[in-house]
Formats: sequence, C-alpha cells, structure tokens
Amino acid sequence: MITRIARTAGFSGLLAALLLTLLQSFWVAPLILQAETYESAAPAAGHHAEGEAVAAHEHEHSAEAWEPEDGWQRVLSTTGGNLVVAVGFALILAALYSLRAPGRVSSGAWWGLAGFAVFCLAPTLGLPPELPGTAAADLGLRQNWWVGTAAATAVGLALLVFARHWLLKVLGAVLLAIPHVIGAPQPEVHESLAPAALETQFKIASWLTNAAFWLALGLLSAWLYRRSSDA
Amino acid sequence: MPISTAKHSIATPATLSQRLMVAIGASVLGLSLVYFAGFSHIEAVHNAAHDTRHSAAFPCH
Repeated sequence: MITRIARTAGFSGLLAALLLTLLQSFWVAPLILQAETYESAAPAAGHHAEGEAVAAHEHEHSAEAWEPEDGWQRVLSTTGGNLVVAVGFALILAALYSLRAPGRVSSGAWWGLAGFAVFCLAPTLGLPPELPGTAAADLGLRQNWWVGTAAATAVGLALLVFARHWLLKVLGAVLLAIPHVIGAPQPEVHESLAPAALETQFKIASWLTNAAFWLALGLLSAWLYRRSSDA
Repeated sequence: MPISTAKHSIATPATLSQRLMVAIGASVLGLSLVYFAGFSHIEAVHNAAHDTRHSAAFPCH
C-alpha cells in the first residue's frame, strides 16, 4: 500500500507540476515580473508605511540570502518549488484514496476540485492572491489564518459530503463559514505598487492555473492509483 | 482459503488501524512538503519557491 501511495503521488505530482510550470511560465510569471518592475522602481520615501515596509523588507532579503537569477535559474527553482508542493498535495490525495478508493477516474476530478476548494478557493476568499509589492498584514497571522481556513474547509467539506446525519452536515456547513466570519487578517492600509488592473489579472490567472492544476492532479492521481496494483 | 486471498492479505495491511496509520503518515509527509516549500521562513527556500508561493496564493512576505 505504501508503494502504491508513493508511486501514485510521485508520478501524478510530477506530471501536474509540469503542467503548472507550463501555465505559470506563460501566464502567471510574466505578471509577477511586471509587478516587480513597479516594486524596484518605487521610491521608498513616496510610499505609505506598509508599502514601504514591504519594499524595504524585500531589499533586505535580496542582500542576505541566495535567490535565483531571473531567467532559467528562476524557472528551474520555481519548477522545483512546484514539484515539492505538487507531490505533497498528491501524497494527501493518495492517502485519502487508500481509505476510500476512487470508483472511477472521473471521481478524481471531484477530489481535485475539493483540493482546490480547500487549498486555494477558501483561503483566497480572505487573502486574495497577491502580486509582489502588495501591502498585507503580518505574515505569521496570515499563515495561521490560511492554515486554519484550509483545515476548517477540509473537515467541513468532508462532513458535508460523507456524513449521514443532518446535524453533522450542518456542522460541516458551519465549519466552512467560520473562518470567513472571523475574517482574514487585513493590512491597516490597502495599497499596492502595481496597478489594480494588473492585480485583477493576476488574481484571475492564479485562480485558473490553480484550478487547472488541481483538476489535473485529481484526475492523474485517480487514474494512476487505479492502475497501480495494491502490492 | 484460496491462495490468492492469502497473498493479498499479506501484501496489504488489512486492519483499519494499519491503513489509517499509513494514510495519516502519507498525509503528514505531504503536508510537511507543502509547508517546506510554501510556508517555511528560511530565506533561501522562500526566494527559490517565491513564484510558486505567489502563484499558489500562499501568504508570502
């Protein structure tokens, strides 16, 4: 069973990561690069506290730690990042399949959509995908809210879909709503170095690439899991 | 008991608790991979996976 999970996760993660990288290189990465031109061009004095803090923070980063150079290095390290994240998500899917095997390849699509809802849609309702140079609340607070939202959405969805008793289904719906009632940590001042149009374009690009990635990951993992023998 | 069934039960952890352990282990491993690439505060890791984080809408910076 362990080899079956590992094989499923490894191959489906690899393939989905390649698809994600392809979509990113053509659509998402150009928007990030464009946003970074505003970021590096921004005069530090002309901006409000948060924006300035973000920009200054970034400059500290580049001075101290290694970062990939633009071009093939950056594409390669992004591919690596995608690969790690995709195999991680695929491991979770394969683990779920080992408890509840997908009856058809197409049921993988539902698992993929659930993954998209848990790890992308629900968190971005409170913390939309942001371009570099966007003002945001404290990183630790946002990460905590993100993790809490993903966890609550996962449990909520599971209860809604699998629970038999109506009371549990109601509990699931409540769990889905709670993070958004609490609300994501917001910056004191909303501002962005990049123009709003670019921001909107980036949000759409991010949502659609993630949806495509999850759909592909769900289908691929279900297909590979069903192909792979239980040995 | 047919031989094939016996084989099957040797190859597959049959009990529910064993299956749960494997599933939980794989999920924890998966989550830590996602955490490492998407949430770790190590600068070099952050810079390398920077575009992945922004694209996946993980909180970044």
